[in-house]
Amino acid sequence: MNIAEKTDETSRNNVNLYKEPTAQELYVKSHRRHHHIVTVLRLIVLVSFLGLWEAAGRLGWIDTFFFSSPGMVISYFMEMIKDGSFFTHTGITLLETLISFLLITIISVIAATLLWYSKTLSEISEPYLVVLNSLPKSALAPLFIVWLGTGITTIIVAGISVAVFGSIISLYTGFKHVDKEKLKLIYTLGGNRADAFRKVVLPSSIPVILSNMKVNIGLALVGVIIGEFLAARRGLGYLIIYGSQVFQLNMLITSIIILCVIAMGLYQCIQWIEHIYKKRT
Amino acid sequence: MNQPILECRDICFSYHSLNGETKALSNISFQVKKGEFLAIVGPSGCGKSTLLSIIAGLLAPESGSVILNAGESFRIGYMLQQDHLLEWRTIWKNVLLGPEINKTLTPEKESLAARLLADYGLDKFKDKKPGELSGGMKQRAALIRTMVMEPELLLLDEPFSALDYQTRLMVSADIGTIIRASKITAILITHDLSEALSLADRILVLKRRPATIKNDIPVHLTISGNSPLAARSAPEFQDLFTLLWKEISDEYCGENG
Repeated sequence: MNIAEKTDETSRNNVNLYKEPTAQELYVKSHRRHHHIVTVLRLIVLVSFLGLWEAAGRLGWIDTFFFSSPGMVISYFMEMIKDGSFFTHTGITLLETLISFLLITIISVIAATLLWYSKTLSEISEPYLVVLNSLPKSALAPLFIVWLGTGITTIIVAGISVAVFGSIISLYTGFKHVDKEKLKLIYTLGGNRADAFRKVVLPSSIPVILSNMKVNIGLALVGVIIGEFLAARRGLGYLIIYGSQVFQLNMLITSIIILCVIAMGLYQCIQWIEHIYKKRT
Repeated sequence: MNQPILECRDICFSYHSLNGETKALSNISFQVKKGEFLAIVGPSGCGKSTLLSIIAGLLAPESGSVILNAGESFRIGYMLQQDHLLEWRTIWKNVLLGPEINKTLTPEKESLAARLLADYGLDKFKDKKPGELSGGMKQRAALIRTMVMEPELLLLDEPFSALDYQTRLMVSADIGTIIRASKITAILITHDLSEALSLADRILVLKRRPATIKNDIPVHLTISGNSPLAARSAPEFQDLFTLLWKEISDEYCGENG
């Protein structure tokens, strides 16, 4: 047996006898453990909050007429499922939010494109955009009711109004900050401004558009709920206002919880699109 | 070799702002012969890039004219200071950007692009994104993107200035050899005197603001072949370098004194 074989055998034995975890394995392990602990603690916070709320109601620390309770929320929710009102109200709110969101995205991409094309146009519109963006949009909702009546159009317009101006401003800023030298490249290759937009500005602004969409979906929901407060007979916003007016706190709190879930779900959807986009590039 | 492919006559150009005008170029006149490799050097900020933009037709001269002695389909290739490959496109899609914009994307263009990629050792990387390539490879891809347009005149605007020193030596030698081999007429703008000497047949020295032509130095190096790296060890190199350095440093002294 020569030396090479011998060392080979020894090392094999070493592997079989004890397998010391490598530093990398230890790191991965501690990272995972930390992750688990955080997840467990998050659940504990949720469960103890719900438990405390339920117990407080049952023990008479709080008046469930005003504060409801997890049990009452669940049974109210089941009722909503049974009589189908859950689907009508959640469906209409979701529909209005998605339509406003899509319109916000389309309008702001088109408007930012026009502003990018014409420096004069962007200079003219700048103060107006700034004023409209800083205006509290809830102030406009009553105006929309007068102009458009009460109904889905008013609510969608309210949803759009909350996000669209900020969205135009941030997209235009994103378009403007595209590397000037890359635009010059297009011109040296014989392209015009439209080529520069299609080949450079738009594709390099996709991350900006996506992060802008994440903001817009939340704002669209805010706008839709404001609209429903004032001008609806259906939808979660309507249920919340109606619940408060008739002191139906179960209805009110259940609607708020559904709203939480919707908001989270919509945000996750956009984040998922962003994730797919990042994976592709 | 005698026919000038490009003639600049009395080119003047100024930049305007509310604080006043800055004269950038003043009565610049020169000719470039077919197949010639001309380098333009000058103190930084003297208007070299402006001159190149005017030749390329990206800027209009205030007065004077740029005469291109070639047919209707005269094409100018332009290489910028950085590769500016579009990072969301593959190398293949990047090198075909020119034909795509000009709507001249024919199978012939595609096979030309494929041949150039193979010639310059990038065929294995054609489906990769620019981010996966080294600085030198990216610069070569940028050159291919220009060459796919089959330019008759190639303008190089400090194309190596964004690279680190070693890469810069390699890439400038690399690209110099490619340009020599393809016999394209080229104008190189640079502030690196030894780079200009190692690549060019002739060097124009520009004076500082407003830029005028200070000197026109022919470069004849006694070396065999056309390797820009070997050129650096030619016996005449040091003398020419000293001459150039004197021309340029006068400009800086003039400003301080």
